[in-house]
Amino acid sequence: MSHRSRQLKVSSLARVEGEGALHVVIEDGQVLQADLQIYEPPRFFEAFLRGRQHTEANDITSRICGICPVAYQASAWQAMEDACGVVVDDRIAELRRLLYCGEWISSHSLHIYLLHVPDFLGYPDAITLAKDHRAIVERGLSMKKAGNAILELVGGRAIHPVNPRVGGFYSAPTLADLAPLAAQLRHALDDALATVEWVATFDFPDLELDREFLALRDPARYAIERGELVTSGGLSFPVSEFSEHVVEHQVPHSTALHATLDGAPYLTGPLARYSLNSAQLSPLAREAASAAGLGPTCRNPFRSIVVRAVETAYAIDEALRLIDAYERPSPAWVPVPPRAAVGHGASEAPRGVLYHRYELDADGLIESAVIVPPTSQNQAAIEADVRDVVAGHLDLDDAALTALCEQTIRNYDPCISCSTHFLELTVERR
Amino acid sequence: MSEHRSEYRSEARNVARSGANPAMSAGAKSQDSRAPTLAVWKFASCDGCQLTLLDCEDELLSIAGEITIAHFLEASRNVLPGPYDVSLVEGSITTPGDVERIQRVRAESRVLITIGACATAGGIQALRNFGDVEDFRSVVYASPQYIDTLATSTAISAHVPVDFELRGCPIDKRQLLEVIIAYLAGRKPDIPDTSVCTECKRRGLTCVMVADGTPCLGPVTHAGCGAVCPSVRRGCYGCFGPMTGANLPALIPQLHACGMSDGDVDRVFATFNVAAPGFALPEAGA
Repeated sequence: MSHRSRQLKVSSLARVEGEGALHVVIEDGQVLQADLQIYEPPRFFEAFLRGRQHTEANDITSRICGICPVAYQASAWQAMEDACGVVVDDRIAELRRLLYCGEWISSHSLHIYLLHVPDFLGYPDAITLAKDHRAIVERGLSMKKAGNAILELVGGRAIHPVNPRVGGFYSAPTLADLAPLAAQLRHALDDALATVEWVATFDFPDLELDREFLALRDPARYAIERGELVTSGGLSFPVSEFSEHVVEHQVPHSTALHATLDGAPYLTGPLARYSLNSAQLSPLAREAASAAGLGPTCRNPFRSIVVRAVETAYAIDEALRLIDAYERPSPAWVPVPPRAAVGHGASEAPRGVLYHRYELDADGLIESAVIVPPTSQNQAAIEADVRDVVAGHLDLDDAALTALCEQTIRNYDPCISCSTHFLELTVERR
Repeated sequence: MSEHRSEYRSEARNVARSGANPAMSAGAKSQDSRAPTLAVWKFASCDGCQLTLLDCEDELLSIAGEITIAHFLEASRNVLPGPYDVSLVEGSITTPGDVERIQRVRAESRVLITIGACATAGGIQALRNFGDVEDFRSVVYASPQYIDTLATSTAISAHVPVDFELRGCPIDKRQLLEVIIAYLAGRKPDIPDTSVCTECKRRGLTCVMVADGTPCLGPVTHAGCGAVCPSVRRGCYGCFGPMTGANLPALIPQLHACGMSDGDVDRVFATFNVAAPGFALPEAGA
C-alpha cells in the first residue's frame, strides 16, 4: 500500500444529531473529495404540510428536530403571523424569547458537554469522561437541566413544547411561577461562566477560515428569535428576501439539500452570530468572552465550543433579565385570522439560521412550504473545512486524521435529523 | 451464533409475556459477572425520543453505572458488538436498507423496546402512506431519483417482534426510566394503558372540553404525557396515540359540538400517530 492515494470513510458519524457519514479521497497529497453524506431517511415535511391549517405548522414542524423544536416553532409562528399581517404584543414577544433562551441553554450544554468536550479530552463519550471527572459532567447536565426547566415551565414540555401557538401561548406563566426558575438560572450562570473559562484552556488547532458568515441581526439585542439577515460581506436584507440570496440545490450523496449564498458556500451558526453581533452581547457575556481570549470575531471553527459557552452564559443572563422584567401577557395570545398570502419566518436555531416560507389560501390552508434548516446551509462549508483540515494534516495516520475529521464536523454541531448522527469513518489507502 | 440469537429472541418474547427477565436478574448478572448492555438505534425520526435518555440529567450517570451503554451513536463513538440485553429503537421504517437493518437489530437484541410514535406507529412521516410518495419526493427534491425511499413509513412491529412499546411524541422521561428500570429489575413496566383523562383528573385539572368548550382528544388518547396540554388550557392533540379501545365514534360528535369541522377532525387525527389503527376515522365520520 502506498501513501499516494488514501480514502477516509466514516460510515456512521457519532455524537451528532442524525445519521451521516464522511468520505474523503486523497491522491498525491491533494484532497480530491470530501463528502459529508447525509443518509437520514427523508421524511417529506414540506410535502405533507400542504393542505394543513396555518395553526398546525407550529406543532408539525417541531417534529423535524427533537433537539431544536422551539426553533422550528418560532420560524413557523413568525411566518404565519407575517402572512396574516399580525404583530404580537411585546409581552408575548419577550416570553417567546425566554422560551428560546431555554432551547439555546439546553442544546448548547448538550453539545458542549455530551458531544464536543470528549473530542478535546480524548474520551469516546461523556459517560466515560464522568468516570474520571464526574463533577464536570454533572455541571454540564445541571446547566442543561436549567435550560429544560425553562422549556418545561414556559413551553409545557422540554421536547416538542405544547404551550406555544401561532399568536402567542395557550397560557402564560405568572411571575410567581418564574421565581424558582430564576434561582436555578443564577446557579446555572455561575456554571456557564466556569464553562467558558474551562473550555478556553483546551488546545485548538491553529486555523482561521475566510468564510462568508450569515446571521440574523436585531437592532435592539443579540438576535435569537427574530431579526434581519446580515452577512460578513456587508449585505443586509429582510427575511422575505432570503430565497433571493440563498439557493438550495441537491447533491447525489445526500438527502439534505445544499445551500449557497449568492453562489458561494457560507456559514451560519455560533461563529457567524458571534462575529457579526458580539458587540450586542450582555456586558457579562462580553467580559467572559474577552477573558477567554476571544476578540470581536472568531474564525476558528474549533473555537466554536468557546463561542457556544459564551452564548450559553448570555442566554442564561438574558433569561434572568427577561424574568426580572416579566409582565404577564394577558391575553396570552392574539387571534391570527388567515388570509391568502405568503409569509416568511427566520430565527437563530442553536446551530444557525432556520428559514420557513408558507403560502396560504384564504382559509389558511398551506399551499406550499419551504424549510431551510441550518445544517444544509452549513454542509458545503463543513465539507470545505474537512478538505482544508485534511490537506493541512496529511502527516497524521489514518486513525488520528479520522478523529480530527470527526471533530471538524462536530465543530458545527450538525443536526442531521434536521438535515445527520454518527460519522463512521473507515480509512482506505491504496 | 444464529442459534444463540434465535434463543435470545424466543426468550425475549417469553419475557414480554411473563414480565420477568431471568437473563437480567441479579442472579444472571453474577453468573456472567457483567453489567447488562443497552443499545439505542435510530431509524426515521427527529432524535427527540433518544434525547429523552440524555434529558434524564439527574439519573443518567447512575444508570450508566448499572449498565454498559454498548451502542448509542448520539452519545458515544464507542460501539460494542452485540448481542445486547436491551435495545431501544427510535424511528420508523422508510427505506429498503432499514427493512434489512431492523432484522439485524432484532437478531442481536434480547429485549427490543420501541420508543415513540415513529417506532410504534410510523410517526408523522406515515402521512405518505395516504398520499403519493412520488409526488412527495418531487415536491422536496429537484432530482428525486437520488432519493431511496419506500412508499410507506411503518412501525417496527410491522417488521419484527417487539417486546414493549413505549408511546409518545416524544416519549415521557419518567416512563422511559420506569421501562429501563423494570427491565433491569426483571419485572414488567408499570405503564398504565388508560386515557389522558385519567391523568388530567388525577392532577386536579378542570376539563377543557366541559369547562371551556375546547376540543380535546384526551378521552381517546393513551396516557403517559401527564396531561401536559390541559395543564396549559389546551386540548390534547393525541401525541401518545390511541388508548386501547379508543371510542372515536363517541368522541367525534363532541368534537363537532366544540366547533370542529369535518376537515379539522380529519386533520387532528392525521398527525404523529396517523397510521395507528385506533386513530383511523370511522367511515361515517370521515
